[in-house]
Amino acid sequence: MPLLQLHNMTVPLPQKRAFIKRAHSVVPIVDRVSLQLYRGEVYGLVGESGCGKSTTARAMIGLNRITEGQILFQGEDIASLSRNKRREQMKDMQMIFQDPYSSLNPRKNVWNSIAEPLRNFERLSKEEELRKVQALVERVGLNPESLYQYPHQFSGGQRQRIGIARALALQPKLLIADEPVSALDVSVQAQVLNFMKDIQQEYGLTMLFISHDLGIVRHMCDRIGIMYQGRLVEEGTVEDIFERPCHLYTKRLLAAVPEMDPDKRLKKLQERQRIQHEYEQQVDEFFDAAGRVKELRKITATHSAAVK
Amino acid sequence: MEDNLLTIHKLRTSFLIDGEFHRAVDGVSLTIHRNEVVAIVGESGCGKSALALSIMGLHPKERTRIEGSVEFQGQNLLQLSTAKLNQIRGKQLAMIFQDPMTALHPLLTVGRQIKEVMDVHLPLSTKEKKQRVLQLLEQVGIQTSAQVYQHYPHELSGGMRQRVLIAMALACDPVLLIADEPTTALDVTIQAQIMELMKELQQQSQAGILLITHDLGVVAEMADRVAVMYAGEIVELATVHELFHHPLHPYTRSLLHSLPSGQQQKLHVIDGMVPAIERLKRSGCRFAPRIPWISNELHEDDPVLREIAPGHYVRCTCHQHFYLPADRIGDETDAPFTAT
Repeated sequence: MPLLQLHNMTVPLPQKRAFIKRAHSVVPIVDRVSLQLYRGEVYGLVGESGCGKSTTARAMIGLNRITEGQILFQGEDIASLSRNKRREQMKDMQMIFQDPYSSLNPRKNVWNSIAEPLRNFERLSKEEELRKVQALVERVGLNPESLYQYPHQFSGGQRQRIGIARALALQPKLLIADEPVSALDVSVQAQVLNFMKDIQQEYGLTMLFISHDLGIVRHMCDRIGIMYQGRLVEEGTVEDIFERPCHLYTKRLLAAVPEMDPDKRLKKLQERQRIQHEYEQQVDEFFDAAGRVKELRKITATHSAAVK
Repeated sequence: MEDNLLTIHKLRTSFLIDGEFHRAVDGVSLTIHRNEVVAIVGESGCGKSALALSIMGLHPKERTRIEGSVEFQGQNLLQLSTAKLNQIRGKQLAMIFQDPMTALHPLLTVGRQIKEVMDVHLPLSTKEKKQRVLQLLEQVGIQTSAQVYQHYPHELSGGMRQRVLIAMALACDPVLLIADEPTTALDVTIQAQIMELMKELQQQSQAGILLITHDLGVVAEMADRVAVMYAGEIVELATVHELFHHPLHPYTRSLLHSLPSGQQQKLHVIDGMVPAIERLKRSGCRFAPRIPWISNELHEDDPVLREIAPGHYVRCTCHQHFYLPADRIGDETDAPFTAT
């Protein structure tokens, strides 16, 4: 049984308050998305800004309301649970946010930031709490003295590690990472990615890894889902997506990744033009009359795409 | 050479921090030729944007000290009065700014903002200017130019806004374009379009581009020559082929290794941090503290940029002895980009 299952989940556009309710756009932000996260895997969700990947993650942990479909976490429908039961369940799902500069409270020191989830869920004595926080701080590779320091005293990479320590405090089963390194420089990015990989293997975590960078997703993930206009257009293992892409949009996304060998520039440019041409030719086969993405269809046991 | 567009000589830019001047750009010399794309790469804080703004004269005067010279069409830009500079900026010398979300005025229509550049520099009638704006918008790939002309920036997507900024920079046919992270705020698919567009326009106009970026992928696609900057200095300067196939300086090699290539198990992590300019030790090799396994004797006391092969310059001798320890990069060798 998958750890988490989304079944036709739909998140509507937020409605404006109005005196008279007007009919609004029928296109939701996330449109009937179904996916499964299996225990111990890293699932990458990729797409351009505005495609609904962050909204999907936020809906999973209850930051966005869903109007249709179900979220099954550890076999239970989250929406049907009582308040207390739900709170218990949510403890096992934690999130790492994109921007390490705004996701930490500037007026809380590291100890208080990391201890916050512990205080919400566990009754610990001061000594126990300190011991736990110290262990976490050590695990993410920060100095013991940093417990009493404030976010502004740290670099971006260090802050992101504080965010990770906070997410790990309750020993979650599912970790949702929303663009965890896109605000960081390349060398710092490498450090945080290595570290997340270590942590994931050490604790056997299930991870939903959201990113727009295909190189990073390839490095980090076991399976990948490509999102476009609020729908999944293709899903498969890393090899499925990178070696045998089926959907036009996936091909286009892959072709857009910069070529790291300057001698192959021209070839890459020609490939892009070819795919752009293909895109214009075959648009009808991959999108319905209203320009919406079609339903996912299975191609192999691991690979599915929204094609006819 | 005759086709030199811009010659930067020993440029030093210092900022006033806590009552003292600290050098953010520390003795940079660089030449850009006609019809050439020169990229400057480095992490944030290495001085690449400070360099661009120094060329354009956009640093606040009271807090900045600029030494050295920037020769552009026989004039030293650093010595010109603001009035003189304004005749050049926006006309022969134009800049594309980093963030298309903030570089446009939110209260003016797109058309009016592009026209503003021409109001200053081109002796055209209002009608001709409008014609030219529409033509520019089409040139940067906006098909609905008549509508976009009347739009406000918030009505456009990020990619469209970046196109508008490029149109604005091209308004007076500049001979040199400075592009400061032109695609950083954009999605990959739009980035690919913008890169292609810039390349195409550059080949048409034979202009020079100084491309500032931290993205090595963009460099590999766009640049002819590359300067790698670290802590205010150029540490390596080479053609794009040389830099990606035979990178020499430890910093360049470390950077290339910290990118996921799809093969390595572990990404290389560069120890420590880019030092803040007020705490930077200015003697010896500035990258030495971040490669502690290379012993001190292997660094020069006063490293200079030396020509190793024709057109390939490297600072400090430590590159001859540099290696990446095996435990840092998994089982891979230190040569991911060697020609096959």
